[in-house]
Amino acid sequence: MEAAVEVADLVVSRGGKEVLHGLSATVSQSSVTGLLGPSGGGKTTLMRCLVGVQIVTGGSVRVLGEPAGSVALRKRVGYVTQSPSVYADLTVRENARYFSSVLGAGDTTADQVIVDVGLKEQSAQLVSTLSGGQRARASLACALLGEPELLILDEPTVGLDPVLREELWEMFAALAAAGTTIVVSSHVMDEAGRCDRILLLREGNLVADDTPDALRRAAGTEDLDQMFLTLIRQRAEVA
Amino acid sequence: MSPTITWATAKRVLTQLSHDHRTVAMLVLVPSLLMVLLRFVFDEDEIFDRIALPLLGVFPLIIMFLVTSVAMLRERTSGTLERLLTTPLHKLDLLLGYGIAFALAAALQAGVATATAYLLLGMNTRGAWGWVVGVAVSNAVLGMALGLFVSAFARSEFQAVQFMPLIVLPQLLTCGLLIARDQMAGWLGAISNALPMSYAVEALQEIGEQAEVTGTLVRDLTVVLGATVIALALGALTLRRRSG
Ligand SMILES: Nc1ncnc2c1ncn2[C@@H]1O[C@H](COP(=O)(O)OP(=O)(O)O)[C@@H](O)[C@H]1O
Ligand SMILES: [Mg+2]
Repeated sequence: MEAAVEVADLVVSRGGKEVLHGLSATVSQSSVTGLLGPSGGGKTTLMRCLVGVQIVTGGSVRVLGEPAGSVALRKRVGYVTQSPSVYADLTVRENARYFSSVLGAGDTTADQVIVDVGLKEQSAQLVSTLSGGQRARASLACALLGEPELLILDEPTVGLDPVLREELWEMFAALAAAGTTIVVSSHVMDEAGRCDRILLLREGNLVADDTPDALRRAAGTEDLDQMFLTLIRQRAEVA
Repeated sequence: MSPTITWATAKRVLTQLSHDHRTVAMLVLVPSLLMVLLRFVFDEDEIFDRIALPLLGVFPLIIMFLVTSVAMLRERTSGTLERLLTTPLHKLDLLLGYGIAFALAAALQAGVATATAYLLLGMNTRGAWGWVVGVAVSNAVLGMALGLFVSAFARSEFQAVQFMPLIVLPQLLTCGLLIARDQMAGWLGAISNALPMSYAVEALQEIGEQAEVTGTLVRDLTVVLGATVIALALGALTLRRRSG
């Protein structure tokens, strides 16, 4: 099966500083890939490259068989930015319905995604009056519209309570089982266990690219936080 | 470009406005209240007619400039613009969506202000009132287009509102409202000729003095619309899908 995402020798500079240093990776279809690593490692920058909003210096990024950001992809890729990008002065439903018309998805779909992210009770509430976690879910809802084949989610579970986090990860797994490819970032290491595959990014370099089990074995520990520390140290010794 | 997306965008912008009751009230009432104040300041009929008529065109330009530059700045800083540009939405859908929404808001505003000026305050014009509303709406759309463009150069709402004196005051000073354009020094006249508000004010003066639609009026309106198209095109250039 063709890879959903193919990144080759990707170099990106931001603010005059190189922040991704020749990154190569692939993401296979219908899987959940976790983009993990400490803050500032380049997770958001890499995701911006995948949706085609980042100016890149070198290398190539192909998404669903097309160059990232091409017109044909705009209906096929859903993106949730790290800080919620929904209109604070609209209600949850008005936001969903607007993005739904933009994506050609229809009002019933808009109402459905609100239920899917657990905001049914808040659907008539202005986004500005929502809690941080609810706002993040409103933003997520708008990315689920139009059933995108690839979902790019930048730290969607930050600030959510454990129950909600659990529900969202179950939703990601269900979406992947139904054929959606999901790339999700997190700086919380214990979420790594929920992914089919992990890309560990640190200071703009790929430190590891494997399944959670293989990484645990390589590091010789079950504890995920410990695993990352070990991997990062091993990598530093090699370099 | 898609009419569905353009219209959905216009509807969204109007919905955002409608949630903000105070802004709506001010949008609709402030120009009319200023007209009433003006009536008391210039209690001679002839002077009132000469001042109030051009101001009916100037207010919508200023107000729509301010509202749009802040609205668009929010769109840029909240990440919604970036999100929209990853969807099938075309830049023109966004620009026209804003244009339609603010033109409708401006029509309401200009309708109320014009009605106040004619019916309550006894303003007189030789030309028809419909043209006054028409010029006011064109001005509002011009103000909107200018606001969209300058929002690209503001990093905060503080900066955005300060573009108002920078963009609007020079036009107000040289548009012929304070001193007649033919009495200006040559270089000032040249500046005046290059700025769109001069034509908007001239158009309104023309409606005041002539009963029929004159060539000058048509030319002036064409210049205002042309300036709007240029400002929108410049605005489109500032909507970049990719950034650093
Ligand atoms: N707008 C920007 N301008 C300049 N540098 C930036 C910008 N955004 C991010 N960076 C830098 O790029 C690097 C990677 O950041 P980012 O991709 O946001 O990391 P992460 O998402 O993993 O926290 C950091 O060193 C950060 O300081
Ligand atoms: Mg980030």
